[in-house]
Amino acid sequence: MRHNDNLAAGIDDTIQYVTVIIGGQLFGLPISQVHDVFVPESVTRVPLAAPEVAGVLNLRGRIVTAIDMRKRLHLPARDANAQVMAVGIEHKGESYGLVIDQVGEVLRLSNDSMEPNPSNLDKRWAEISGGVHRLDGKLMIILDVTRLFGAMFEPMAAA
Amino acid sequence: MDDLLSEFLTETNESLDVVDVELVKFEQEPNNAKILDNVFRLVHTIKGTCGFLGLPRLEALAHAGETLMGKFRDGAKVTPDAVSLILSSIDRIKEILAELEAANGTEPAGSDHDLISELERMALEADTRGSAAADDTAEAEDDGLARGELVEQVLERPLRPGEVSLDELERAFREAEVEVELPVSAVLSEIEADAEMEAEAAPPAPLAPRGRKREEDAAPRETADKGEKKASVSSQSIRVAVETLEHLMTMVSELVLTRNQLLEISRRHEDSEFKVPLQRLSNVTAELQEGVMKTRMQPIGNAWQKLPRIVRDLSQELDKPIELEMIGAETELDRQVLELIKDPLTHMIRNSADHGLEMPSDRRAAGKSEKGTITLSAYHEGGHIIIEVKDDGRGIDVDRVKAKVLERGLATEAELDKMTDQQIHKFIFHAGFSTAQNITSVSGRGVGMDVVRNNVELIGGTIDLRSVPGRGSSFIIKIPLTLAIVSALIVEAGGDRFAIPQLSVVELVRVQSNSEHRIERIKDTPVLRLRNKLLPLVHMSQLLGVGPNDGDQEIESDTGFIVVMQVGSQTFGVVVDGVFHTEEIVVKPMSSMLRNLTMFSGNTILGDGAVIMIIDPNGVASAMASHASSVVAENERKEAEDAMASALDGQATVSMLLFRAGSPEPKAVPLSLVTRLEEFEVSKIEHSNGRDLVQYRGSLMPLVYIEASQTRRSEGTQPMLVFSDAGRSMGLIVDEIVDIVEDRMNIEVGSDRAGILGSAVIKDKATEIIDLGYYLPQAFEDWFMRKEMDIAALTKKVLLVDDSAFFRNMLTPVLKAAGYDVTAVNGARQAFELLENGDTFQAIVSDIEMPEINGFEFCEALRRDPRFRKMPVLALSAVVSPASIERGRQAGFDDYVAKFDRPGLIASLKDLFAGEMGIAA
Repeated sequence: MRHNDNLAAGIDDTIQYVTVIIGGQLFGLPISQVHDVFVPESVTRVPLAAPEVAGVLNLRGRIVTAIDMRKRLHLPARDANAQVMAVGIEHKGESYGLVIDQVGEVLRLSNDSMEPNPSNLDKRWAEISGGVHRLDGKLMIILDVTRLFGAMFEPMAAA
Repeated sequence: MDDLLSEFLTETNESLDVVDVELVKFEQEPNNAKILDNVFRLVHTIKGTCGFLGLPRLEALAHAGETLMGKFRDGAKVTPDAVSLILSSIDRIKEILAELEAANGTEPAGSDHDLISELERMALEADTRGSAAADDTAEAEDDGLARGELVEQVLERPLRPGEVSLDELERAFREAEVEVELPVSAVLSEIEADAEMEAEAAPPAPLAPRGRKREEDAAPRETADKGEKKASVSSQSIRVAVETLEHLMTMVSELVLTRNQLLEISRRHEDSEFKVPLQRLSNVTAELQEGVMKTRMQPIGNAWQKLPRIVRDLSQELDKPIELEMIGAETELDRQVLELIKDPLTHMIRNSADHGLEMPSDRRAAGKSEKGTITLSAYHEGGHIIIEVKDDGRGIDVDRVKAKVLERGLATEAELDKMTDQQIHKFIFHAGFSTAQNITSVSGRGVGMDVVRNNVELIGGTIDLRSVPGRGSSFIIKIPLTLAIVSALIVEAGGDRFAIPQLSVVELVRVQSNSEHRIERIKDTPVLRLRNKLLPLVHMSQLLGVGPNDGDQEIESDTGFIVVMQVGSQTFGVVVDGVFHTEEIVVKPMSSMLRNLTMFSGNTILGDGAVIMIIDPNGVASAMASHASSVVAENERKEAEDAMASALDGQATVSMLLFRAGSPEPKAVPLSLVTRLEEFEVSKIEHSNGRDLVQYRGSLMPLVYIEASQTRRSEGTQPMLVFSDAGRSMGLIVDEIVDIVEDRMNIEVGSDRAGILGSAVIKDKATEIIDLGYYLPQAFEDWFMRKEMDIAALTKKVLLVDDSAFFRNMLTPVLKAAGYDVTAVNGARQAFELLENGDTFQAIVSDIEMPEINGFEFCEALRRDPRFRKMPVLALSAVVSPASIERGRQAGFDDYVAKFDRPGLIASLKDLFAGEMGIAA
């Protein structure tokens, strides 16, 4: 019993993150939010859509709206033939794919090592970041999916 | 809510719809005992179920209604009053049911005593009138009937399972006759017990005895009595939740997509062993798709159920006898479409009854029967369903439509002259268009045919209309059978593929620079000459902002395909780079991130697995329309007005019309004041009584020159600005119209010269703002008088309240030029809002004749508020009589100025502030 309790407590304290790299920066997405990881192929452009919308694509019979995270984070566009990956996310019953540069390992991190956003973080980054983890030699920004979508929908609603 | 209750609600609602229809029939044929029996039974069933479920309020009401109907069955005379009373009881039952549903099964509090006592009173009356003998025979007959049927049913039961409900029905019926003696609860429990017992005794259909019972109720008694066959058919149907069907539909759609993908793959591998099984899969899928589609189909009659009742009520309300004919009620269509078409249909029926049909006396005079007929018919045509609403009334009055079109500025007289009657008819689909002279409770409440058109177009349908004067009009709606799967044309534009729903595609035209179909240009607008008509064109890549090179280049290259599309009455061509094929596509909604794109209605996966965007023809049409001049003009005027209103705080820009007249310096006038720009042949200008006039819209319009030195042209055309208000027009002669610009109107330097308010910087150039107030009286002396402006007035905030946009636009610059900081609002309500928001004003200038709250009431309200008791308030009115001035003083106005006495207004304001300063000092 006690062993189980410890295990449960251990799980409560840590979150597993799928790490991704966008423009050289390490980001982490809570694993519970990530549905799948895939290579976005034959993406159809959507004319007139917001600039960060990379297009729509067919993922096993579902239509996924791809969002270019580089554009979203106001980073320079990647090279034309650079490899891209996408992280599949569900938001309100709809499928989205966050287009990123590279997927890294899955990390189990303790909540203790998480710190709030530094106050001087770029505003456009801060609005989608849920905090920062200090790792060996680098920082991992937590990508808060809810805030990411919230920030994307609201300005559109206003427009 | 428990299942029993929700089932009860569904069934009762269905039954009630039937009762509505039956009762209307009954009123027409009061001697038809079958209809009465039918209605009686339905109400009885409702009553019984309510008692069972513990809904005393409903039960009491249904009981009272039933009692009255019982009297009719026993031979009492049926009066229209009684039918109306029963109808209103049924309406009440519906209300209670709706609340019941909303409140999750709790019966709403309230009393139906009014209706019940009325029902009882009428039942009593019927009793005294009806003879006792009739009662006896009725009972005797009934007993005999019951006994006979019981025997028959026992005999046939093993053979015909559907009879269960029939049996129960008859039993309930019999018991209803004797309920006076029995306590209600006892009867009910007996009914239920019977039902249960019989349900068990009927193994083939044990699941849905209750459901069947009601369905059968709906059938006329004749059928119930003789047609056991029908009963057994209904016993084979079950209720399925809509959700289940929707889910099934989605899954089938997925299957269709997957099949398409497989077929695409097999097409690339010629000798694949998959070919044969794939073909089978394909066939099965197609059949499955069809089958599932069928489950969603419902007869259109379901959407028509409420109409007889509506027509009956209308007929009474409007005092016109109306007959409603319904043809093709069994025509089936997707229930989703059915739901969406219900309201437009109801609206159209109302319209036909109210506007279409004449009064009986007029009909007689026209040699028609007094009773007007509205015919509603539905039939299939291709993949579409056609619904026609036809009346044999007066038809559409083309002249009245024309007058309205002109009044609304939707088209000019010259444009109208070129149009056929049919084209003119179509104006009734324009927003805010109603030819009804009076607003009746039936129609003309601002919901016009444009709403109907929008609703129809929303589901990919079209609406058309034919009208013959004196013979009637007919509206024809063409809608797709289903929304889930549409046939689409796959096209290419700017390197991407798009799907265009086939429904809106009229034809395809291939254009080449040397073929007979060439793209031509009028100014910068590409058009196509197609069968002697000019078709406006737009390049799809331009429309969507895609493609490597900009759209203009593409269009000039003059090759490609033109997809001729029709949306409502609008026809236009969309230029695409390539056309592939047509494909049955399953429309999938776009993610909410993309839903703001009006150009697309959804997306789908093609056979090759690629995602493709589906073009929304309505989106394209409205994008096209925004180029159309009439719309632009209207929008511009609206925007100008809005801009003007917000310009009053000096921040926003105003549309200014720049022109030259007399001197080379540019002159400007707010565009919102200008009614129209016109050019007249110089030869049309007449001289009479020492002034220049021109015939304009059937009356003489005086012409006014900005400067006496202005050269009079001797030939060619003369441009002028037309200002109209209250039916009077004035033409202001200018030399040249230069431009329309958006800019701030800050009069920086005042002017002493008559006719010029001052100078402002517009487009980086000093521009004279002309004072319309100087020129208007030159046309009509009573328009108002001009006086030198007092530029030195202190900047005081003045609130101008006037419902007329013309006067707001007119007086604001005047007050502004006099140095006041003006905020204009269109009524007392808005004024109060501003004041409540803490905006402070040094004075208020208010019109008297305003809708809702007039000036007197406004002022009285202000004076009641301690904050505004001392606020100077000026009345501005067209009517200046000693009595009205006295009334104004009583209301608390500080001064009362005639609307056209602008100098008076300025002087009065100055006096007010002078007085105020005097007090302060």
